[in-house]
Amino acid sequence: MHNAEPLISVSGLRKTFGGIVATDGVDLEVRGGEIHAVIGPNGAGKTTLIAQISGALQPDSGVIRFAGREITDLPTYERARLGLARSFQITSIFHDMSVVDNVALAVQAQDGHSYRFWRPARTDPVLVDRAMDALARVGLDGRRDDNAGKISHGERRQLEIAMALAAGPSALLLDEPTAGMGREETARMVEIIRSLKDDHAILLIEHDMDAVFALADRITVLVYGRIIASGPPQTIRADDAVRKAYLGDEVSDHAEG
Amino acid sequence: MPIRLPSLRNGVMFAGLAGFALMPVFTGVTGQPYILDITMRMMCLAIAAVSLNLILGFGGMISFGHAAFIGIGAYAVGIPAYYGEYSGFLQIPLAVGVSALFALITGAICLRTRGVYFIMITLAFGQMVFFTFVSIEEYGGDDGLVIDTKSEFAGLIDIEEPLALYYLILVCLVAALYLVKRIVASRFGRVIQGSKSNDDRMQAIGFNTFRYRLTCYVIAGALCGLAGALLGNFTGFISPDMIDWTRSGELIFMVVLGGAGSLFGPVLGTVVFLVLEELLSALTIYWQIIFGPVLILVVLFGRGGIDGLLSRLANAQR
Repeated sequence: MHNAEPLISVSGLRKTFGGIVATDGVDLEVRGGEIHAVIGPNGAGKTTLIAQISGALQPDSGVIRFAGREITDLPTYERARLGLARSFQITSIFHDMSVVDNVALAVQAQDGHSYRFWRPARTDPVLVDRAMDALARVGLDGRRDDNAGKISHGERRQLEIAMALAAGPSALLLDEPTAGMGREETARMVEIIRSLKDDHAILLIEHDMDAVFALADRITVLVYGRIIASGPPQTIRADDAVRKAYLGDEVSDHAEG
Repeated sequence: MPIRLPSLRNGVMFAGLAGFALMPVFTGVTGQPYILDITMRMMCLAIAAVSLNLILGFGGMISFGHAAFIGIGAYAVGIPAYYGEYSGFLQIPLAVGVSALFALITGAICLRTRGVYFIMITLAFGQMVFFTFVSIEEYGGDDGLVIDTKSEFAGLIDIEEPLALYYLILVCLVAALYLVKRIVASRFGRVIQGSKSNDDRMQAIGFNTFRYRLTCYVIAGALCGLAGALLGNFTGFISPDMIDWTRSGELIFMVVLGGAGSLFGPVLGTVVFLVLEELLSALTIYWQIIFGPVLILVVLFGRGGIDGLLSRLANAQR
């Protein structure tokens, strides 16, 4: 389902914090049905980039477009309503609610306004059914009534994705979905993300190079807020500048293996 | 935070409301009308505490100026009465309406801040109302205003009759509880609770949380305005003292003592607060020396207040 028109398009994005340039003239595109991975060492400005695309941070200059429409000045919640969903690097869920309630709230956000004061929401089939669909997609439907604060770290990361999915978005910004996960959990998460690729444009930030090379159609390498290389995985693997700046031995392992 | 109502908590709530309903019988038999007076004041303040709990307990908005709405509600009865306008059909909507408007205007400013800043700015607005009424000589300034005639309801109900007023207040309390119960479980209520739990996430999934929080603030303000109108009718005397920041603090204590974020907790908190106040002040004029530490202990160690205690008891029984 590759589209010619990019769904997310970022051009000339720049953001500074005091003297530190966190985003330095970044141009980037993500198409429907594509996973575009952004990698780079710690402090390269990856999360800052996602924050600007999602609307949590305002860039100093540059333009962000979504589905052809400029969204640079839109607040976060309006971007979400257009179909741009994000997951968080540090798990951001509602700890005091059940798993299904977490996701149902995300469904509710896209189901018209919420100035509905009278009917109980927890038993609303519109919300619950769609929440269960999203949970099923990440394999969490068996945990629906567990308290979100009590499930395992890996499951919380899955919940994080389910909440992004529940909104029925066309694009996903995934900020280190495998952060802090063990090998098995990571493998499961890779499969989940792969299964989402067909009907979403995905911008993926990831530290786990196995996951990145298993998933990405395109990779952009960010160092000190600047793009030093961008292209298909084979190209990035072979790129001298990337090896020197960031990947080092890890990539040679991949090249050999 | 789903409202869970285990049987013990439900039992306490129904017992409490039944107790309110039967109190006039008790005081009638024993001939202690002053207990009826205390109970009426209790129920008025319980409505105010229930309204504060909606924003504080469920929405995480710690307002330190909530007593302002009690004052606005009371003066909305007192000022028309001062000019000879006694119709409750004017006074009550005025109390609710002006409170809602005040909540809308101040909330639009306060809700741009969070945490300590929110507490401070709501306190500031509360004090503004306080000093406004202090400075209006026409309505008694800080000496207050006597309401010589209570609200009239075109012969439907005569609240000059203490029992009629008593049951009117009780009906309002039950209605307020039912309203909050419905709101909290509704879609709107989920947004409010989600925003308390994790506002960033709420925005990321597409909620303009500011507007929902503001709406909630307006509902709570309007409800508290009603409590003020009832209190003004009950006391027959209103003064800026009702709006003082210590009154707002007392409302917070009632909510926290009873259990913030539980449906009936604020009512329990109000009852215990006023009973303690009554008992301790009979003991010594320095009763606040005992009262203060008791409150601090409850806040420090009684997680979830009285309601939390009840739910722990219910769990232990299982």
